Amino acid sequence: MPLSQLAHPLKPTSLTFQELLFRLQGFWAERGCVLQQPYDVEVGAGTMAPETFLRVQGPKPYRVGYAQPSRRPADGRYGENPNRLFRHTQFQLILKPPPVNVQELYLESLEAIGIDLHQHDLKFEEDNWEWPAGGAWGVGWQVMLDGLEITQFTYFQQCGGLDLDPICAELTYGLERIAAFLQDVDSIYDIVWARDPETGAPVTYGDVRLAEELQFSVYNFEFADVDKLWEHFRLYEAEAQSLLAQATVLFANEKASAVEKRRFPLLATYELALKCSHLFNLLDARGAISVTERVGVIGRIRTLAVGVAKAYAAQQIS
Amino acid sequence: MADFLLEIGLEEVPARMIAGAEAELGRRLNELLTRERLLGPSAKLTTYSTPRRLAVLVEDVLATQADIEEQLTGPSWKVAFKDSAPTPAAEAFAKKAGVDVSALEKIANAKGEYVGATVKKKGRAAAELLATELPKEVLALYWAKNMYWRAGKSERFVRPVRWVVALLDSAIVPLEIAGIKASNASRGHRVLHGEAPVVVDQAKNYSSNLRKAKVVVDVAERRQSIRKALDAATRTVAGARWREDAGLVETLVHLTEWPTVILGNFEPEYLTLPEEVLVTVMRDHQKYFAVEGADGKLAPHFLAVLNTQVDAEGEAIIRHGNARVLRARFKDAQFFWDFDQKTKLVDRVESLKNVTFQKELGSYYDKSVKTNTVAHSLHEVLKSNGFTNYNYAQMIQAVRLAKTDLTTELVKEFTELQGVIGGLYARTQGHDEAVAAAIYEQYTPGSTDDKIPATIEGQLLGLADRIQTIVAMFGIGSAPTGSKDPFALRRAANAIVKILAESQLPLSLDNVVEASGASSANKDQVAAFLRERLSFYLKDVRGFSYDVVSAVLATDADDVRDAIARAEALTAVRGSEDFAAISAAFKRIKNILRQAEEKGFAIQAAKGVALSTEAEQLANAAATLAPQVAKLRESRNYGEALSLIATLRPVVDAFFDKVMVLDPDPAIRGANLALIDEVLRGFSGIADFSEIVTA
Repeated sequence: MPLSQLAHPLKPTSLTFQELLFRLQGFWAERGCVLQQPYDVEVGAGTMAPETFLRVQGPKPYRVGYAQPSRRPADGRYGENPNRLFRHTQFQLILKPPPVNVQELYLESLEAIGIDLHQHDLKFEEDNWEWPAGGAWGVGWQVMLDGLEITQFTYFQQCGGLDLDPICAELTYGLERIAAFLQDVDSIYDIVWARDPETGAPVTYGDVRLAEELQFSVYNFEFADVDKLWEHFRLYEAEAQSLLAQATVLFANEKASAVEKRRFPLLATYELALKCSHLFNLLDARGAISVTERVGVIGRIRTLAVGVAKAYAAQQIS
Repeated sequence: MADFLLEIGLEEVPARMIAGAEAELGRRLNELLTRERLLGPSAKLTTYSTPRRLAVLVEDVLATQADIEEQLTGPSWKVAFKDSAPTPAAEAFAKKAGVDVSALEKIANAKGEYVGATVKKKGRAAAELLATELPKEVLALYWAKNMYWRAGKSERFVRPVRWVVALLDSAIVPLEIAGIKASNASRGHRVLHGEAPVVVDQAKNYSSNLRKAKVVVDVAERRQSIRKALDAATRTVAGARWREDAGLVETLVHLTEWPTVILGNFEPEYLTLPEEVLVTVMRDHQKYFAVEGADGKLAPHFLAVLNTQVDAEGEAIIRHGNARVLRARFKDAQFFWDFDQKTKLVDRVESLKNVTFQKELGSYYDKSVKTNTVAHSLHEVLKSNGFTNYNYAQMIQAVRLAKTDLTTELVKEFTELQGVIGGLYARTQGHDEAVAAAIYEQYTPGSTDDKIPATIEGQLLGLADRIQTIVAMFGIGSAPTGSKDPFALRRAANAIVKILAESQLPLSLDNVVEASGASSANKDQVAAFLRERLSFYLKDVRGFSYDVVSAVLATDADDVRDAIARAEALTAVRGSEDFAAISAAFKRIKNILRQAEEKGFAIQAAKGVALSTEAEQLANAAATLAPQVAKLRESRNYGEALSLIATLRPVVDAFFDKVMVLDPDPAIRGANLALIDEVLRGFSGIADFSEIVTA
């Protein structure tokens, strides 16, 4: 039974954080999306998870949705700022290829989470997206609801420096923002995450996550051992490079069998690249990356990410 | 006669691109209809646009092109007819032209006699022509950034095309754009109308059909309705006015199909934040209009332009939502402001080492040190010119602190306020007003319409900062090329020229380049770049005609204010008949001297050579006038100097009438050449008149 027809329809304004996620997942599952679980490696955005970054490559249609915790160490505020988080949650959706009515579907999804569009002001304002380290970019909009950016809507054009064919639509819902909007609270930490079904007693976002925001801010800004972070970075990078070098030889070898190509662990290689990206963010938050180093380090991550994307594209057609 | 309508239905087009595309679509359709002879005698073209559509309505389009007769020319008559009988050549030509051999005619032209045929060309139907030609025009529209969306298709457009309406009156024109076949079904407002198709029953009813579907397709009408609604909403607050912002109005015109306005409020406590911050948050981040009270100070209200129409309950919800977002942003700004005060600007100088200026050029700390050197060199020049009307120490302090606001949270959040924030912080932290003002205004003029910094300290900081950037970028091979200017160096150079033009600083372009410490390798390049910007400034900002600018800069392009004075004087006289004649004569002199040089003729006044009367007269007049002109020129009385030069006309005219300058006799020739060379050099100190274009 579709979620929207459940026996106890939720009052629009009282959607809890988890109900918001249920509704979005239910809505998109009904429209043919695979519901994935969050990727279990640190990423800065849902786009970087392989379900987006790698799946968009190649011709195979795919629809997937997942709630991705997105870590941005430098954005941490020790849990003191009501609007800023070290780790926020993106509900990330990939529709490949985009249906012609993708915008209409998106608007329906807003209705599904209790937003009566007749009582709100909605605008699609130009906002293009780019992740230079991934050789990825697209054009699209930030969707504004009563002056609040609630979703990033992007038509991917390139990823890993390669033109996509077909392209895909990427919808990124900012769950904390939307929940705070729906519940009309001024602080993210006051969002009701869940409610006791018997007593109605709330568990707030703060109850669930405040300690994490505080402790990770402390770690990211004060405790993280710079030398060790660099060491981790070098180790992950070295392994990724070694794998990429082998991939390059393999995919250039016309005699290599399709089986051999398909089993090559590019997904694992990509994970190593993600590790490097996260370590870079940690080092950056620590203020440990000098002016001269910065560009070079980003370039090294780009080499890995773009290298994997290109090899992955080749793997898809082998 | 019919009316033609084209509407291209799109997903939301970026607001900044709509006006240009709308105009271009109109132009392209007009050219197409003109080229194809499809415009009726009282044809009228109107363009429309909203975020989701571009449209053109052409009234009085011909349903079919008029038939025309064409004359074709074939082989020569002699080849086509032998003894009045048609040859195979005549038959082939007749067949090709589609006429009977007996209908062939004789055409006589300058080259001889040929066979001709008059053929009737049937006019094509407008629908057919538009169906084949118009899609190409649409897909050729320019977009600053475009995309592709159909698998395996190469077309690029700003956003996916979702529907197309093409009608001649009520008949669908069978065209197809990016895989979408035209119909008569448009779409209305996303929410107020919903997804049901909006049938356009007649091309000419386009605007009224769409209005029923809650879309105002006319841009001017939306603009007017937004302005009226802003006025009306503001009137609910006694004595209040909304802050005029034409750019923001345009953006909102292109973000809405059915605009309405609400007035919202924020807590007056946020008014303690600087107005610059409040306005930036409202305008740049939220696209709200600021409201001011009768005293001209910001009032705790904002105006939001909506793309919908709601009842009172909806208004309350939307007002509340917008206010909530604004409050959060203000709260952030307040937090950042307070947080930033914990570290004074002077204590931030060191941390500039961690802010990249440019990857090959190091940090902002490095840049500040270099800018400091440039500022000091400029000071030395000014001192040697006796210009001491400013506080050197405060100017240097401003240079030192100028970039420190880049490390503040507030600037990280509102990057467009860099400089401004530094200035405000400097003031709050008790620095001298001259220091604060210089930091505040360091990025002005941001465009050629802006004012220059009001203080001399600010002008010097602006000059030093920008020339240092330009020289450094040129040094690493990042000079602008063609349309590529990623570091906005042209804008920086424009600002330098403008500051020199509109300040009292006794500095020339060369002074600025010298002070910059440019290596000898790129000094010339930078100097040429600044001169090119000076030329741009004179033409595009000051509006001098290009020939006046060329004439003035050919003589001297170093002293900006002097160049302006000379251009003004030259513009005033260039229309006079005498001056036009002088300009023509100078052009002639230059040509003759060039020829002489090419032929290796000596330019030399030989003693004892008898000059013609006219040459003597010219020599005498020039000798009398030259010192007077020079004197006027030195006192920068260019207008009078030019009037005086114009009085040379009769003798110059007489000279060229009667005298053959390049006389076969080398002695006379040499003397003539020496004379005109002297005239040229003696009177070109204000401008090179030969550059002036005469009618």
